[in-house]
Amino acid sequence: MDHKQITRRSLIAGAAAAAGGVLLDNLPAAAQQGTAAAPAAAAAPAAAPPVAPDDPTKIPGTPTTAVGERSPFFTPKRAPVGEITGTSLSPIQDFAGTLTPSDLHFTRIHAGVPLIDPTKHRLLIHGLVDRPLEFTVDDLKRFPATTRVHFVECSGNGRAAYRTPKPDMTPQQVDGMFSTSEWTGVALSTLLHETGVKAEAKWFLAEGGDACKLARSIPIAKAHDDALVVWAQNGEPIRPEQGFPLRLLLPGYEGNSNVKWLRRIKLGTAPFMTRWETSKYTDPLPDGKIRQFSFEMDAKSIITSPAYPNKLSGPGWWPVSGLAWSGRGRISRVDVSTDGGKSWSNAELITPLASKAPVRFQFLWNWTGNESLLMSRAVDDQGYTQPSMAQLKAARGPGTDYHFNSVRGWRVARDGSVTFEANT
Amino acid sequence: MMRAPRWTLGVAGALAAAALAACKLDARNDYLGDKDPRHFDLGHPVSAAEIAPLDIDVSPDGAGLPAGSGTPEQGASIYASACASCHGANGEGKAPAYPQLVGGPKGGNVDFDADYKVPRTIGNYWPYATTLYGYIRRAMPLTAPGSLTPDQTYAVTAYLLNREGIVPAGATLDAKSLTAVQMPAKNRFVTDDRRGSTGGKNTR
Repeated sequence: MDHKQITRRSLIAGAAAAAGGVLLDNLPAAAQQGTAAAPAAAAAPAAAPPVAPDDPTKIPGTPTTAVGERSPFFTPKRAPVGEITGTSLSPIQDFAGTLTPSDLHFTRIHAGVPLIDPTKHRLLIHGLVDRPLEFTVDDLKRFPATTRVHFVECSGNGRAAYRTPKPDMTPQQVDGMFSTSEWTGVALSTLLHETGVKAEAKWFLAEGGDACKLARSIPIAKAHDDALVVWAQNGEPIRPEQGFPLRLLLPGYEGNSNVKWLRRIKLGTAPFMTRWETSKYTDPLPDGKIRQFSFEMDAKSIITSPAYPNKLSGPGWWPVSGLAWSGRGRISRVDVSTDGGKSWSNAELITPLASKAPVRFQFLWNWTGNESLLMSRAVDDQGYTQPSMAQLKAARGPGTDYHFNSVRGWRVARDGSVTFEANT
Repeated sequence: MMRAPRWTLGVAGALAAAALAACKLDARNDYLGDKDPRHFDLGHPVSAAEIAPLDIDVSPDGAGLPAGSGTPEQGASIYASACASCHGANGEGKAPAYPQLVGGPKGGNVDFDADYKVPRTIGNYWPYATTLYGYIRRAMPLTAPGSLTPDQTYAVTAYLLNREGIVPAGATLDAKSLTAVQMPAKNRFVTDDRRGSTGGKNTR
């Protein structure tokens, strides 16, 4: 117990010092005493925004630091935390543009985040190849590099909003298993050129180096198309939660198949039928079939602002802003409705268009103060239009497990409060 | 292979190497171009003996299954000590992290699309018994993955399949008999058919 007290007290003191010397006196008594009743959240008051000077131009600011931090006035967070086999959702309502800050990328893990020494990590490519080869991370960095912006979306993204929608869901809770990064790596086809590929190879197994050795079977055509073995995310080595030091990046494919901590690729004639492509990540359908290897993420969009728990302060101009993406190509159009789908208008696409990458859309809305229902609908360059909830439920059934890409809405009440509306 | 301008020939030492590299880049008009090497020779050959310990996958045709065997009766005690703390004494699971393994509606025609609460268990949803062995070998138990021997893994697999009524009590599962197990839901599985006749334009 004494040991615990010291540890907790020094932790709190350290946190307070890091936050700029917030007074320990302000902490709840329980936290200061380090009793078992004081959870980590008891230190939360230390995270309250500091009091800024009335005129910051009258005193010198703070000195340079080794690593920058966000403004204490902006504190976005993933949630929930503490899971070993679970998900932490990205606060997608807190971002502008299309890129996700790396430290806020959503996390889906099946056996914790492994600690991997990059100098000891190897990627083995074997099976139906001419020459089985092993690569170090440094070896891979000597190949011609490719840098591209792509989203990663868990195929379960939107599940809670589909099955158990509630008015008080935030964009993070609705669609927080979606993030976008600039990824850098080597084309998998370049590596397979090194090993040679036997003619009978039709699938490859990608395996991670985490404690469950997560593995997925991928058609070999994807390797020849646009699959990458990446080591960098947004200009720096991949974050541990995203697969440090190597991950498979399959543009447009469901997140789970973008195997993190990639350690092995084995070429074979047929799918290996791992747990993650049979028991999970498959889609039971109304006709009794169960669809598997449904890799591509169909076109989808979400309005990230205004959204719950925003409250519009009054009538006037409000930008309706959101993200649209397709795992099959480029977004060609985003429609926005402010009257629950009775009429639709073209939104402006304000970021560059790229294949299998999101675009930020914006619709300038002059709110009259009447009750409104905001919706967005994405169309991709394959001619696919994001379905309504009714259309998706008819095609997949209410009990389906993945690929929840229906149109969602935000209801704006006369008092300006905004709530989630799933039924479209 | 490495075509260099004529004027670099004969220049010696590091200067030559640097000039060669610079000219090669300058001479390139497109992405990889025909001047790039067909092979970069950056990988390291690996022997079968080095590959073997990493080669842990198991396929529906039985490829990858090791020697060894186990029975449901042997598996019951292993399940109780290694699995029950998460998946429950009767395989009922603990939502959301620890799935229910057994005891769902029986058979190969369970209606899953209508209600997500219908348990998807080994007997009514998993298409291949080899997947069960492969997954336990890969990932279980959560706190000590890889700690079960091949015999223990066969035994736990046999225990779970027996609980689902797929293999009888007293059955011995090994590489051959496990591969021969037919799972009730197998014929329901189809490869992605969303594009199909609609060309991917409609929701399916």
